[in-house]
Amino acid sequence: MTGLRLLAAVLVVIGLGLFPLAAGTYPVKLLQEILIWGIFAMSLDLLMGYAGMVSFGHSAFFGVGGYVAALALAKSPGLVSALLLPAVAAGLAALVIGFFSIRVSGVYFIMLTLAFSQMFHAYTFQVSWLGAEDGLVGIPRPAMPGVDLASLRGFHGYLLVLVVLAALLLWRVVSSPFGHVLRGIHENEARMAALGYAVDRYKLLAFVIAGVVAGLAGSLYVQFNGSITPDAFFWKTSGEALLMVIIGGTGTLGGAVLGAAAFILLQSLVSTYTERWMLILGATFILFVLFAPGGIVGALRGRIGLRA
Amino acid sequence: MPVDVFGQALNGLAYGVLLFLLSVGLTLIFGMLDVVNLAHGSFYMLGAYAGLSLIAATGNFWLALVAAPLAVGLIGALIERSCLRPLYRRPPLDQVLLTFGFIYLFEDVVKWIWGGRIRSIPPPDLFSGSVSLGGAVIPSYRLFVIVFGLAMAVLLFLLIERTRLGAIIRAGVFDAEMTAGLGINIHRVFTAVFAFGAALGGLSGVIAGPIQSAYPSMGVTILIPALIVVVVGGLGSLKGSLIGSLLIGQAETFGKAWLPEASMLIIYVVMAAIVVVRPQGLFGRPLK
Repeated sequence: MTGLRLLAAVLVVIGLGLFPLAAGTYPVKLLQEILIWGIFAMSLDLLMGYAGMVSFGHSAFFGVGGYVAALALAKSPGLVSALLLPAVAAGLAALVIGFFSIRVSGVYFIMLTLAFSQMFHAYTFQVSWLGAEDGLVGIPRPAMPGVDLASLRGFHGYLLVLVVLAALLLWRVVSSPFGHVLRGIHENEARMAALGYAVDRYKLLAFVIAGVVAGLAGSLYVQFNGSITPDAFFWKTSGEALLMVIIGGTGTLGGAVLGAAAFILLQSLVSTYTERWMLILGATFILFVLFAPGGIVGALRGRIGLRA
Repeated sequence: MPVDVFGQALNGLAYGVLLFLLSVGLTLIFGMLDVVNLAHGSFYMLGAYAGLSLIAATGNFWLALVAAPLAVGLIGALIERSCLRPLYRRPPLDQVLLTFGFIYLFEDVVKWIWGGRIRSIPPPDLFSGSVSLGGAVIPSYRLFVIVFGLAMAVLLFLLIERTRLGAIIRAGVFDAEMTAGLGINIHRVFTAVFAFGAALGGLSGVIAGPIQSAYPSMGVTILIPALIVVVVGGLGSLKGSLIGSLLIGQAETFGKAWLPEASMLIIYVVMAAIVVVRPQGLFGRPLK
């Protein structure tokens, strides 16, 4: 990362941190929602944009993280329940699902990941100990010494720190030798295998890392909302993350957050003017796939002439 | 066979042939164009709503059964020509993602035109009663669906296996580039297959109307079972689509009756097991 880009990133984070001082409750909540979905979309981008694994079941880890956080926070509202347990549970789920899913690729990978996430949806939808259709409600935010997470600003700072940590982790992963191997697998899997890389192990590890980060996003979503329903597992949740990554620009991490911002702003702003936001969203997405496959980031680079 | 089991089996069969009509379009489109058409559920939904309006306007179910699929097929042809064709040179996933966008678009269009309420669709007068069969009382419309679906299956097999057009389609599924090299206008065949698949999706929507009613999320709801059928049977395989549909139809119907707690889970477990053990599905070509 060059000095200029580092400076820009720091300025953006400071700006996001100061936002609650300048804005009212609603815009701040909107920003928090964007940040949470941004984490989720970034974790999917690690799979899609770098490892070339398009998953239609990423909601599985978002949901596992969310449900585990909801159960744990209801028992003991601390940071272990809020961060550690959901991340570990989502990582384990990713290990199992990944073990089976990485054996196939392309359309079959899409279908298998989709089937696994739908199994979770079907299960949570039907069992009473997870609240069935209504999900789990009334979940307290964790208690943390020195910071009041129940307050808007306290939660904002906490969320921002976690977003930055997640982004740094993912950025570190994609710029490490491991990340370069993932890109190699994306370009030509057979060649990487011929070069002696244990391709399956790399793919599985990427899948687990993405699962852990998605689980964290799911947990933050529960802390933000105070509730979770089986919809978290539904394939539309995976699909929306996919929309965010594509609109933002695959393989850029930052683009995933921009995509999340575009998606949520579109959803909330357009829906205040017209009921037809889904139509506008669908049309926007179609136009992006047709005319701007590089997403917002790709379009910006093309315009400004920056190359990564 | 106890009476309730027989009744359930018939219900499962009706659901199965419905899934077949839907999934056969999906599998043809995939086999030919290599596109997993996620908007296929939307075609089903459009078919149901177009049927609803046509029946309301003319009072004639049979007219709707013919006209609604034609309309949906036309929409399919337009989508293929305007949006999918520019993407054939891109990675195949771009096309899948494009069809995903159409799910949102069509669902909202339907809400716009027809509203968000559930709209029931009356069965044709001829099949509005019920019949007693082997002791089980069955709505006669379901029997019509079973007979109609199986007849369509036979017609489709004849079309694909016995006609010149079918031979071109089979050749295109096997190797589109080679088929083009033999002097077939493959682009026109692509459009025709996509439109035909969309029309079959619309047809299954009209057929489903009197059983399941019409509601805006019906396309999203049916898409997943249809995808499961196609994956279980084998992508691109007509026979696989038929066997897969009948299998999933029975599994889901009996699952709901006997294991209500696990019913939704069963079909996903079946699919995951098949993809892991035999990724190409029951009748699919081996993976390259």
